[in-house]
Amino acid sequence: MDLLDGWESRQDKLDSPIAANSFLSQWGLKQDGEATNTKPQMTSDSKNTILVDGERIDLRNRPLAALLAWLIPGAGHFYQGRHTKGALFMVCILSAWVLGFVLGGGHVVYSSWAPGDKRWHYILQAGVGGVALPALIQANLINNATNNETGRTSEDYEPYWGGFMAPPLRPVRESQADEVSAWYARHGAGYEMGTWYTVIAGLLNILVIYDAYGGPLSIPISGRKKESGDEDEPANKETEKTAS
Amino acid sequence: MLPIAPSYLLYYLPLIIAIALVFGGTRHENTRLILQHAWQTGRWITGFMAVIFIIICILDWLL
Repeated sequence: MDLLDGWESRQDKLDSPIAANSFLSQWGLKQDGEATNTKPQMTSDSKNTILVDGERIDLRNRPLAALLAWLIPGAGHFYQGRHTKGALFMVCILSAWVLGFVLGGGHVVYSSWAPGDKRWHYILQAGVGGVALPALIQANLINNATNNETGRTSEDYEPYWGGFMAPPLRPVRESQADEVSAWYARHGAGYEMGTWYTVIAGLLNILVIYDAYGGPLSIPISGRKKESGDEDEPANKETEKTAS
Repeated sequence: MLPIAPSYLLYYLPLIIAIALVFGGTRHENTRLILQHAWQTGRWITGFMAVIFIIICILDWLL
């Protein structure tokens, strides 16, 4: 109950600009968005508005922002008006993803769960959303063109878009000459590197989706101690005492 | 000593830049703090990988 009272009084303080400024300065932050120190601070004054690093952020429709962030990295942030971060995420994630795709000769992103070729990497690559979706269409096409009994792809099979994100022809067997081994032979280490670049891009976008949905992640306790300095230690100890 | 060409290590650069910036970006809103956090993350990951690299080199030399 005391805790809830504290939150309500915080909200009252934030309603008045002067009071808000003095409230923020207690935490080492300015209302114009500039941080006076590197302390990470996050409070919330309504369901969708949060205060981070002295900046008030309206997360708007959170599920929609998360969906947009998944479909196109950074799009969720643009929707929320966080343009700098949106552009940063879009450039970082899409460039890593595209670079990986090119390094792997355009064959590193495909969806397949056939015997001998369980491409689990695609689950992580799909974190980038829209750009990985053509692989699902190609997977459906090759599944329809593959005989379930023999596991062999029909000779009539013709992938869409010149084979863009198309799985290899089946069967794919370990230690035998097939299309996957041909890709490895052609691109060498680039195939592996391309796979990891695209996987990491997909994983990074999961962080971005979370950021669009709920705001920045909290800093680990070890990092917080280092950044906040000694003056916070008594307060931290007091909090720990209360928790215990 | 390295079983690959040293130029392969350059693949690490774009990846570490993307990872560090996204890590920083998902922990702050202020651009200066994002860049600071990214720099620290980049340094930490690079240092960690350098330590592992040295350990592997020593093991390779010993065994």
